[in-house]
Amino acid sequence: MRFKCAELKEYQIVGKPLSKTNEKTPIYKMRIFAPDEIVAKSRFWYFLRQLKKVRKVNGEILRMTLVSNSSPTKIKNFGIWVRYDSRSGSHNMYREYRDVSTTGAVTQCYRDMAARHRARAHSIQIMKVEEVKAGDCKRPIIKQMHNSTLKFPLPHRILKYNKKSIFVAERPSTMQ
Amino acid sequence: AVVSTQSTGAHGDDKGKLVAIVDVIDQNRALVDGPCSGVGRKDINFKALHLTPFTIPIAHSARSGAVRKAWEKAEVTKKWSESTWAKKLASREKRSQLSDFDRFKLMKAKQARNRIINIEFGKLRNAARKAKK
Repeated sequence: MRFKCAELKEYQIVGKPLSKTNEKTPIYKMRIFAPDEIVAKSRFWYFLRQLKKVRKVNGEILRMTLVSNSSPTKIKNFGIWVRYDSRSGSHNMYREYRDVSTTGAVTQCYRDMAARHRARAHSIQIMKVEEVKAGDCKRPIIKQMHNSTLKFPLPHRILKYNKKSIFVAERPSTMQ
Repeated sequence: AVVSTQSTGAHGDDKGKLVAIVDVIDQNRALVDGPCSGVGRKDINFKALHLTPFTIPIAHSARSGAVRKAWEKAEVTKKWSESTWAKKLASREKRSQLSDFDRFKLMKAKQARNRIINIEFGKLRNAARKAKK
């Protein structure tokens, strides 16, 4: 089952416009982040239509492959170039995220844009996603994690699993 | 690198297993690895971890092999199983697994123990009463 809250998947979609006169047409490749194949194809045509004079009616998808995670156990810093529509106009953004996978970072980006700018998924366009070296990161939130002697407490720890004490006489302690 | 137990229902099959925190992803997540406890390297929320007092000396983002070596050298699994925390978890687990017959046996064992205690207590009480008089 596909869940909206699940992580996006990365698809590599290759398509081209059909030609009526059997002449060679250019082939276009796109990197699409979508929850499933159907949305991926749809977004492919949406972007291609904006960039080139092709429509789904006049084109065909040659190949769609699911891009799997190259190194799911290595922490990476991702720079994501976004274009989004706010209530009063369209803006470009560069955002950084720290994650284990590209799809994880892009999913984070969507959630973050929704939270910070109330931008819905349909108004967000992911222009570029790139792994950024630690030294080249710009955002202080990401840079603060680039510390080999990093230390931080987990304050006000609320343990969700603690079902045995829903009603208690005294306020439980959240100190670790 | 701190060793911690995983304790939530979210990661059901890995519940209660020991893993080492290998690196920190961001404020909420850590990269953990449990080569000696059968947990694959993965990212996990801090909320799903309980830190133990055991640490192993590994570099951040060390590979699974290095983690395993340091883990075995520090004898973490052995130290953990000897700790009161682990024993409490084990006894809790055992108690939840008892069958009705086991609970009956437990009741009888408690009864026998309490009888011995109460007899001794009675003796002490009577001795104290006599001493008062």
